[in-house]
Amino acid sequence: MVYQLAAETAADQGLASYSDHLIIAMIVAYAVALFLFALEAAYGRRTALKGDRLVPVGAAAPAAAAPGAGGSSTVDLDAVPEPGGGTGGDGGTGGDRDGDDLSVSVRGSEPQASASRNVLGAIAVAVTGVGFLLNLAQIVTRGLAADRWPWGNMFEFVVAISLCSVAAFLYAALRYQARYLGTFVLLPVVLLLGIAARWLYTETGPLVPALHSYWIAIHVSAAIVATGAFMVSGAAAITYLLSHRTEAKRAMGERVAGIAAKLPSPELLDRVSHRFVVIAFPLWTFAIIAGAIWADEAWGRFWGWDPKEVWSFITWVIYAAYLHARATAGWKGTRSAWIGVLGFAALMFNFFGVNYMFSGLHSYA
Amino acid sequence: MATTSTRKGGKKRTDGTGGPAAGDGADAAGGAGAPGGLSPLGWARWAWRILTSMRTALILLFLLALGAIPGSMLPQRVVSPDQVAQYYTDNPSLAPWLERFYLFDVYSSPWYAAIYLLLFVSLTGCVIPRALAHLRLVRARPPKTPRNLGRMPYSARFTTGAEPERVLEQGRSVFKRYRLERYGDSLSGEAGYLREAGNVIFHIALLGLLVSLAAGYAFGYRGNMLVVEGDGFANTLTSYDSFYPGVAADQDDLAPFSFTLDSFDAKFVEDGGFSGQAESFAGEMTYKDHPGGPERHHTLEVNKPLSVGGVQVYLLGHAYAPEFEVRDGEGEVVFDQPVPFLPRSEDPGKTADGVVKVPDALPEGLGFEGVFLPTAQERTGEDGEPELASVFPGAEDPAVTLTAYSGDLGMRQAQSVYQLDTSRMEELGESGTLRPGDTWELPDGAGEVTFTGYKDFATLQMTHNPGRLPALLSASLAVLGLLGTLFVRPRRAWVRASAGPDGRTVVEVAGLGKTESTANGQEFHRLATELRDRLREDPAADGPASSKE
Ligand code: HEM
Repeated sequence: MVYQLAAETAADQGLASYSDHLIIAMIVAYAVALFLFALEAAYGRRTALKGDRLVPVGAAAPAAAAPGAGGSSTVDLDAVPEPGGGTGGDGGTGGDRDGDDLSVSVRGSEPQASASRNVLGAIAVAVTGVGFLLNLAQIVTRGLAADRWPWGNMFEFVVAISLCSVAAFLYAALRYQARYLGTFVLLPVVLLLGIAARWLYTETGPLVPALHSYWIAIHVSAAIVATGAFMVSGAAAITYLLSHRTEAKRAMGERVAGIAAKLPSPELLDRVSHRFVVIAFPLWTFAIIAGAIWADEAWGRFWGWDPKEVWSFITWVIYAAYLHARATAGWKGTRSAWIGVLGFAALMFNFFGVNYMFSGLHSYA
Repeated sequence: MATTSTRKGGKKRTDGTGGPAAGDGADAAGGAGAPGGLSPLGWARWAWRILTSMRTALILLFLLALGAIPGSMLPQRVVSPDQVAQYYTDNPSLAPWLERFYLFDVYSSPWYAAIYLLLFVSLTGCVIPRALAHLRLVRARPPKTPRNLGRMPYSARFTTGAEPERVLEQGRSVFKRYRLERYGDSLSGEAGYLREAGNVIFHIALLGLLVSLAAGYAFGYRGNMLVVEGDGFANTLTSYDSFYPGVAADQDDLAPFSFTLDSFDAKFVEDGGFSGQAESFAGEMTYKDHPGGPERHHTLEVNKPLSVGGVQVYLLGHAYAPEFEVRDGEGEVVFDQPVPFLPRSEDPGKTADGVVKVPDALPEGLGFEGVFLPTAQERTGEDGEPELASVFPGAEDPAVTLTAYSGDLGMRQAQSVYQLDTSRMEELGESGTLRPGDTWELPDGAGEVTFTGYKDFATLQMTHNPGRLPALLSASLAVLGLLGTLFVRPRRAWVRASAGPDGRTVVEVAGLGKTESTANGQEFHRLATELRDRLREDPAADGPASSKE
């Protein structure tokens, strides 16, 4: 990489201001999508979701499918080839056309999954997609203007984290029908971007020598992607806690009205939350290791208990605890959801609190 | 028996096949009550079970996170000893109390060590039995096919004209990713061993990481050193300005390398909003592994340490060493060398302070306190008077100002090279602004001093940490293990082929995921369908009833 003097990059000023306009456009797009998602959450109809494309239960969750446990439910397996291959208790023997039709029986505990749905939600997903593209364009133009990786300061981190959270959310929405998370993911995204544009904004500029390393690309990228996924997990965990309260109230015979009544099923949220921790945790582990390698090159030690390192470690330990909690009797459900929320709080504190409250080698805020 | 919801209530699952269930065993002691009237051995066993339970691990993990917090709030000796000293000055009554709880050394404190050691004992006690159980499982044959496959979470059934033998033969190739075992009229298969292996590897790699860290701490050393452009350095204890050996480090046997800092170049952003921000530092160095070894070159930069003889040499900082030539009252040149001046920490212009000591000057020793300004400019100070300040960290227009003293420098006592003990000296006066080449004639014929130029100097850190590579290796293994444990699905599958009443063969395919996942059902179904399709197209399967197509 070539690091030019600021004076020489004057020609790139055009690009830099272009990227500044994109920030506004992107925030507007996300805000509009947020509004539409909120409308869907409030006025949509609670609809059952198709069973085949729900979030898979992660490796840590013990299967509940003991023989004879629960009712057998239909899982719409991809491409069951012939109409005869239905599901029926212990399955009748095929005596059909070819004599070799599959007769399938599936027992499982697919949750009764439903969420508030409305056509506005589909539009909101599309608008989120537009916001995502604007976000991407913003990062690319800023990178080009500065002639470096566009994540060298707080402002740039926030923009990149938003991109990853939204990407993770879009993936969840398209792959797992999880667009019910839209409100909960876009709310922090819009807030963060607002804070970033208002208070953290810094001119496009060169990096200090400590950041001249390809490890910045590796370490920071991994941390940003993991943060994006943790954010979706955190959003799902918070929604889970709300939805779980609703369920509890229902179970006690109370009538639940309003948005609370339309929250998606808690089991579903629990799975989404776990799924994204499972994706993010190894990435976060890798980010910490890459950071240690970089610290080893730059500062002469791979681990030095700098506040940033400490909080990355704390975050990591809390998420490790989350994964354990899910394998520990009595800690599943709400308790592990709270641990997930705690992990997310630690992550955010690491991001904002540590940069502004403590002095350390990482304070490039 | 569990009901549909297993989220609450802590019911343990039974998967009916007797494999080591996730979290079983480890969980077993979770809620164990205290054993009444037990023998010492019984107590020990009970304590061990509690310690190695999942719940204890969970609590210890929380403590590990919680205990790390004060270390980020309070200054730590490992990170910034000066700030600890500052804290003592600012909070003289509180600081000793915090000290009692090791709150300035959290990460090397006995209580923090207790947490992580307990955690790792728990981990060992938890993982070793699991590893052994897994090993047995890997060596054992997949378990016998259950009688009623229809009760498995996934089961499919179809008939074919192929012979049972033929079905099982095809079954082998369809379920090729499973380890298969033949039991009578059926195949029993198991796959996804890597999940459990990954889990064991991950946890053991964490142990490896801890051991590597401990080894680095015990056997490593770290030292700081300041080297002026053109000067050399040999790796001996006495060459260091400060040296921090590990508790078990061998200080008499340091790696015998040496190097010279041939030149040093610092660049700063010149214009625009980022003016003055450091842009790049580069030191050219010539080094030798050992005396008499071949000379090599290295360009030292912030992210490019020199690696020599198991020691890493890092660039920590950079500043300037103005050069002075001093003649004493008798006209002799008694001093001619660069003197490192230390930059003031908060000053963006890198104004630096230093002292020049000339104890051998005649008739009386000379000493100077000086200020070095890399880019000196007159400006109006806060009091309205013009003052000289450095406006840029690069040496664009360097200047020094000196205050001269004469008398006894007190060199018989050990003293810092950055401080002048003026208690037995008399102030001679202050120089004006000196630019390179300027000479200041001292009053009273005490001599003269010439500011001849400046050199760059680098502050370096040498570290030797034998735990570096093992730590990296352990950490990498941990990530690999983690991927295995999080993404591999352990599962079992069965194929049974028996002759039906109508002469056709009845084929049953069943699957059981030890971890529930919709992906399991999909995989089993895909394989069952593939088996059926193969048999359909199989010429060898032209049995009695498949003549329709
Ligand atoms: C430094 C401390 C530890 C860390 C960072 C850690 C981390 C992890 C992680 C990331 C997993 C994967 C969870 C999953 O499969 O979804 C896991 C699983 C597991 N850990 Fe640990 N662990 C630690 C200590 C321990 C200890 C002390 C024990 C035993 C008491 C333990 C027992 C287990 C068990 C049994 C599993 C498997 C859970 C399952 O099968 O679902 N771990 N651990």
